[in-house]
Amino acid sequence: MDILQILLTDSFWAASLRIATPLIFGVLGALICEKSGVLNLGIEGIFAAGAMAGWMAVWLGAGLWGGLLAAALVGAFFGLIHAILTVPLGLSQHVSGLGVTLFATSVSYFIYRTALPNVTSPPRIESFQALDIAGLSDLPFIGPVLFQQTAMTWLALLMVVLVWYVLERTALGVAIKAVGDNPDSVDAQGLSVYSLRIGAVMAGSALMALGGAFLTMSAFDAFFFGMVNGRGWVCIALVIFASWRPGKALLGALLFGAFDAFQVRLQTEVGALVPGQVFLMAPYILSILALVIAARGADYPRALLTPWFKGQR
Amino acid sequence: MENPKILSLNALSKRFGSVVANDAVSLDLHRGEVLALLGENGAGKTTLMNMLFGHYLPDSGSVEVLQDGVMTPLQLGHPQAALAAGIGMVHQHFTLALNLTTFDNVVLGSEPLFSWRRNRAAARAKLLAIMEQSGLVAPLDTPVGQLSVGERQRVEILKALYRDARILVLDEPTAVLTPQEADTLFENVATMTQNGLAVIFISHKLREVLAFSNRIAVLRHGQKVGEIATKDADERVIARMMVGADTPVTARETMSPGTPMLTLKDVSVQGQSKRDSLSRASFSVHSHEILGIAGVSGNGQSALAGLVSGLMRPDRGTVSVGGTEISRPNPLTMITAGVGRIPEDRHHDGIVGAMTVAENMVIERLNDADIQTRGLLNRDAIQANADRLTKDYDVRGPGSDAAARLLSGGNIQKLILARVFDQTPRLILANQPTRGLDMGAAAEVGRRLLEARKRGAGVLLISEDLDEILGLADRIMVIHDGQLSELTTRDREEIGLSMAGEHA
Amino acid sequence: MIRIEARNAPPRALTLGVPILSALVALALASIPLAFAGADISTAYAEMAKGVFGSKFAFSEMLTRATPLIFTGLAAALAFRAKLWNIGAEGQLYLGAMAAVAIGSGAVDAPAFVLVPLIVVFGAAAGAAGMAVPTVLKTRFGADEVVTTLLLNFVILIFVQMMLEGALKDPMSLGWPQSSPILDQGMLPQLMDRMRIHSGLIMALVAAGIAQFMLARSVWGFRLRAVGENAAAARHAGIRVNRSLMSVAIVSGGLAGLAGVSEVAGLKGYLTADLSPGFGYTGIVVAMLAGLSPVGVVISALFIASVFVGADSMSRAMGVSSYLADLVVSMSLLCVLIGGFFARFRIVRSKVGVA
Repeated sequence: MDILQILLTDSFWAASLRIATPLIFGVLGALICEKSGVLNLGIEGIFAAGAMAGWMAVWLGAGLWGGLLAAALVGAFFGLIHAILTVPLGLSQHVSGLGVTLFATSVSYFIYRTALPNVTSPPRIESFQALDIAGLSDLPFIGPVLFQQTAMTWLALLMVVLVWYVLERTALGVAIKAVGDNPDSVDAQGLSVYSLRIGAVMAGSALMALGGAFLTMSAFDAFFFGMVNGRGWVCIALVIFASWRPGKALLGALLFGAFDAFQVRLQTEVGALVPGQVFLMAPYILSILALVIAARGADYPRALLTPWFKGQR
Repeated sequence: MENPKILSLNALSKRFGSVVANDAVSLDLHRGEVLALLGENGAGKTTLMNMLFGHYLPDSGSVEVLQDGVMTPLQLGHPQAALAAGIGMVHQHFTLALNLTTFDNVVLGSEPLFSWRRNRAAARAKLLAIMEQSGLVAPLDTPVGQLSVGERQRVEILKALYRDARILVLDEPTAVLTPQEADTLFENVATMTQNGLAVIFISHKLREVLAFSNRIAVLRHGQKVGEIATKDADERVIARMMVGADTPVTARETMSPGTPMLTLKDVSVQGQSKRDSLSRASFSVHSHEILGIAGVSGNGQSALAGLVSGLMRPDRGTVSVGGTEISRPNPLTMITAGVGRIPEDRHHDGIVGAMTVAENMVIERLNDADIQTRGLLNRDAIQANADRLTKDYDVRGPGSDAAARLLSGGNIQKLILARVFDQTPRLILANQPTRGLDMGAAAEVGRRLLEARKRGAGVLLISEDLDEILGLADRIMVIHDGQLSELTTRDREEIGLSMAGEHA
Repeated sequence: MIRIEARNAPPRALTLGVPILSALVALALASIPLAFAGADISTAYAEMAKGVFGSKFAFSEMLTRATPLIFTGLAAALAFRAKLWNIGAEGQLYLGAMAAVAIGSGAVDAPAFVLVPLIVVFGAAAGAAGMAVPTVLKTRFGADEVVTTLLLNFVILIFVQMMLEGALKDPMSLGWPQSSPILDQGMLPQLMDRMRIHSGLIMALVAAGIAQFMLARSVWGFRLRAVGENAAAARHAGIRVNRSLMSVAIVSGGLAGLAGVSEVAGLKGYLTADLSPGFGYTGIVVAMLAGLSPVGVVISALFIASVFVGADSMSRAMGVSSYLADLVVSMSLLCVLIGGFFARFRIVRSKVGVA
């Protein structure tokens, strides 16, 4: 099988979309936070917290959708911590975000370990199954790629449209974009800079947590330590690559997913010649390259990283 | 005044720490009236208006607004309340989101946030009607970031009118406009007041206050020191009210210029935007000479200043200091070549606020042998230097080992002057050197520049304040759209036309 | 209405008191997860204290644990002072360790007085190179170093795994991915008999002292502080900002590399892919808790190491998950952030309404 053949298989494209799914949630979440002017480096920890919370809710007997709700709420909670530290208190967004990542990760691990002190193999849940849509799933190529994904992939695609619609077509979106460009513009028109930013960070963090939940509730059916494995950081790089546009965020996540799926397949082809780790490294290096290429022309939200205090202008 | 009273401020006071910004200031405003609020920088004009608009909460006092025929107390500290009462404010620094269109900036905050649909058509119709009525026109669907300064100001006013403002506060509206653009603004204001709008217009420019207001209230050190009908006022009267004495006139002796200290030959700078580009500039600044660069901000001053401070490289042409060509200009080569630089934004570029006053006084000469020995700082020498400069230049504050950001604006400028003048530079770049300073501090800057000129330095003075240029400069050039042109006249009217790009 | 007002100069008692208070609050907050885990809280704290101060050995274990944290804490503190966000100490640590193993496991056969300095120098250089790359990407291409250093951590860790299965693999390890051991004469001297504590601690303390001195008294430190506090003003004043950033990147990366050298050449003797349980990330907490002061780093590293060693031993005695330590560490970071806010600002309550 040569390279071209890999690109033509339906399983490759199906895998690309599957790998992209958590990233779509994550990039959208980071995008909403940053559009409002707040960098959220809590993402890596919020992924872990979402993965743990969603899994645990289902394990404790909640339904799958209940699990997603639990994950989103937990994500919003950690988002709230980051938002309080960075918005009204105006503390360093870098350090606070890293703090939230450490905190969310260690809380999740501690709770998981305390709930399941002595298990050797992690317990499994009944995870989201591939949808089987009569007629569509059996279509050649399109069927396996699009219509045999789980509901979470569809939810992710729906979120792309939703986030785009809110940002581009509603008054709320206008306000979020304004507060990320010049908070004074929002304040002068009688809107609350703090509420908008806190709300955006919480909503964005809830999305990030859904990305994490995908890992334990759709991609796998159990929780592992270290399972997030840098996906959050990749999302932060992809937001810049996507120049803060939902559509390009989807594209970025898909490209990343395709590359990852491709390297796995390539590995089985030429694995004997090149050590497997070269392929494992590639996605991270690709993210760095994407960042380097996009960084110069990047159209950062003007107020990103700048705290705003009421009554100080 | 026949028209009914629409607003009254009653004994508003505000303190920031130990500074009294406003001390029991009272004002009345009537329908259809233009009230000019006049005062020096730091007199408390902007603070007063920020209290009216709810940005600051007064320590004491109250505000009443005419609502449904009765004077009703306004809830203070809430911009929403001020907006609802029909008070609109156009800040000196525009509060516009540059990534949004004119339309979105105007309607921002007036629509329900949590609704799936926006009623854009109705909003658009209302806005077009307002544009029609007021004569304020701006492209509706262009991102504000692409608009000119004059257009942005119109968007700001439209924002207020869209919110049904009956009282409009304009904070230093002409600071960023050419004289001609300012005239247009005041014509628009006149139209709007005929429709019943009341306007408070903050300024420190006597001329426009006299020309465009009905009544003048003067603030000094946070107190209202006088109020006068414009028809009874003249420049001398209100200037005396403003400063408490007649305006000091800086004495300037005539001198003949010597050798060239700075020469630009056919220099172009391609900045990030048109605002900081310079095209084909050629001129010299000589010893014993002050060359004034007049112009409205954003016409290439930052490119010129960036070039002479070493922050920007020329794309073509040559720059020479004292006859020697600087091939690769950077801040260090410029400092070594004997260029002293007074930056436009002293907080941003002039000092490292978190470091001490003493450290800021040596930051430009870390390589000097008396400051360091083999990479280690000579702390005694740095302290001695600080003691000497603080005394000679009268830098006041909590001490030379305190953080520089704790100094007042005037003292920060003195710190920079001390650092620059102590090195007896051949050329001095003074970019907006008196902006934001009170008259005393501004006069001190002027005196120091003249002293340097007498000593034999050349001075490149960039200023938006035409009075400052007319008072200090030996020669005047006007910068417009990146182009420099030498003026032979010292006539305000003609300089104004050149600043607007209309070469007489 | 509540307003936030900046204090002119934070009182000295606050700047010193806040980190101490934050650490204590975080420690006290640990009672919540302890209660959640169903442990007796006072016994748990007693066990933790015993785990650090209970014996000479326990205390020496704490010092051993603090050693890499002082290095990574200094790496973060210096870089953050210049507003260079080096979050890559974890990766740089591994680069340092890899270089140490590459040089020390037989490639160079020399007596100790040559081999040990050689290992130290190469380890530091490898760490420095690891930070130089993202710094170049930042200064040349404007790529945010937070993201690049974070991603490089993953790249480097995978690279380590690759090397452990390849060039650096110990042929005697029976397929276990670990490196050949460092020669005996390449190991850093031990400090006490029958204890694991080694002279890496002395190196770390000396490094902290030098960093403190250079920051306050050298032109290099002056430039670094100016660049960090106001890069625009520093550039205007003739300081070469990029050059300054590069120099601090090299020092910061070098210190993180030394953390790796000290772990492999002082403690383990060989390299595995689980050499560091997140020392690089914890170093950020150490630095923040220290208020980015090098001397403070030593104290906060001792505190954090105590938390880890204490929680480990408590965990063994009482069956509470040792992730408690990570929880306390992350909470102390959040606490010191909030505490730092109250040191710099005060909240002013003023009445709203119609007077």
